[in-house]
Amino acid sequence: MTAMLNIRDLKAYYGQVQALHGLEFGLNEGSLTTLLGANGAGKTTTLRAICNMVRSTGSIEFEGKPLSGRSTENIVRLGIAHVPQGRGTFTTMTVDENLQLGAITRKDRAAVTSDIERMYAHFPVLKQRHTQQAGTLSGGEQQMLAVARALMLRPRLMLLDEPSFGLAPLIVRDLFRILGKINREDKVTILVVEQNAQLALELADQAYVIETGRIVMSGNADDIANNEDVRKSYLGY
Amino acid sequence: MELLTNQILAGIATGAIYACMALAVVMIYQAIDHLNFAQGEMAMFSTFIAWQLMQWGVPYWWAFLATLALSFAGGVIIERALFKPLANAPILTHVAGFIALFAIINSVAGLTWDFTIKQFPTPFGSSPFLGSQLISTHQAGMIGVTLVLLLLLYFFFQFTRVGLAMRAAATLPESARLVGINTSWMVALGWGMAAAIGSIAGMLIAPVVFLEPNMMGGVLIYGFAAAVLGGLTSPFGAVVGGFLVGIFENLAGTYIPGVGNELKLPIALALIITVLVVKPNGLFGRAIVKRV
Ligand SMILES: Nc1ncnc2c1ncn2[C@@H]1O[C@H](COP(=O)(O)OP(=O)(O)O)[C@@H](O)[C@H]1O
Ligand SMILES: [Mg+2]
Repeated sequence: MTAMLNIRDLKAYYGQVQALHGLEFGLNEGSLTTLLGANGAGKTTTLRAICNMVRSTGSIEFEGKPLSGRSTENIVRLGIAHVPQGRGTFTTMTVDENLQLGAITRKDRAAVTSDIERMYAHFPVLKQRHTQQAGTLSGGEQQMLAVARALMLRPRLMLLDEPSFGLAPLIVRDLFRILGKINREDKVTILVVEQNAQLALELADQAYVIETGRIVMSGNADDIANNEDVRKSYLGY
Repeated sequence: MELLTNQILAGIATGAIYACMALAVVMIYQAIDHLNFAQGEMAMFSTFIAWQLMQWGVPYWWAFLATLALSFAGGVIIERALFKPLANAPILTHVAGFIALFAIINSVAGLTWDFTIKQFPTPFGSSPFLGSQLISTHQAGMIGVTLVLLLLLYFFFQFTRVGLAMRAAATLPESARLVGINTSWMVALGWGMAAAIGSIAGMLIAPVVFLEPNMMGGVLIYGFAAAVLGGLTSPFGAVVGGFLVGIFENLAGTYIPGVGNELKLPIALALIITVLVVKPNGLFGRAIVKRV
């Protein structure tokens, strides 16, 4: 079976500094995968390389199409939604406008309107605040908004960069429950980058571990969670 | 008392020009995050194009519309040809680019149409407005056009997808790209709109100051001042700022002894600096609400 996203020999650079050293991995269609690694391991760089936001070499194929040479906005238009580290919320705009922006490339206006209602069903807190400036939302609410904005694209693949960062454990559980639901019900393939390995492994079905720009471990999320050696040496818990 | 009303009305009328120019300044500021010093020259050049079309016998409103379209296209072309290649260059490179653009446009206009002043017609006539001696029909027309323009911009930014995309690209370019917006074209669009708005300002002021290559120098400074006063990020603020600067300039010239015509400009600028000391974002600048 060929993967939906296929990454081969990926190297990425910040100026002269190399951050990824021949990264390889794949995502199967419909999977929920987590990419784990310590701070500075290269998780964010990997996601940025997929969206051509950092200089890189190697091959990245999405549904058989090579992504190299495409601009970020063209990659997004193929159906790859990216919730960046720090969420990328349009803080001076309203919650409604943030959701509209998520769907800005879509032509089916009626469906966009009904999708906004669907998002409000997924995330009721957002509905209460729909005319409020997004910057006034709490961290957890802003993360929900970032996920909802990404879903407005009706993506085939969603990339999330440390969605749990700075959130209380209860809110993380809530967010991950919704991600699981989106993955199952809306058939969105999801890649979650996390430092918080324990919760991420509960959520995901596949897992990769990244260390200094290389994949050092891959497998079934349960197997990795249950393997004490792996946990101790790579995940530190 | 009548003198006061008179001066305020006259201030509003000149303020309409500043407001129009300030709208162009705000447009470009939103798109590229700094000011375009050649904005006034671009407006002057547009006005010459309108004048030339009318010399060839094109009726006023057709010439007006054609000038809008040509100015828009010109703005987009200038951005694509000159400033897109500089997108990642340091700010001083841009400043050099603006100055070059200023000089080039000014001399090309001088070479093509020479430096003698020319009459520019007004479509509104110059009789007293509604029989009042205070304000002419041309001045009333200027105010009307500015307000209509503001309304159109408001609807564009609030209720159209392109307007929303432009705002997103201006505030957070990276996030904008991540929702699929082509931010580079949004910048070009901003240039086009700024050039078109500037051309309106030029065509409105030309009947008052006469058409010649240096006609926009003072106007642009007042336009900048108005935009800064209003907050640089708000079209509404730009228009209010324009009217305020116009009124203040007139009142200062009339009532503050020794000011007269020569010192109007520095007095107006001093007022603006005072406002900015108290309110650094301008009167209507974006107050960003943040919660951590
Ligand atoms: N803008 C940058 N300039 C230079 N080096 C960077 C930059 N961003 C990240 N790096 C380096 O690249 C490596 C990977 O960083 P990153 O992908 O952000 O890690 P992670 O997301 O896993 O914490 C780190 O060594 C980091 O110092
Ligand atoms: Mg990171």
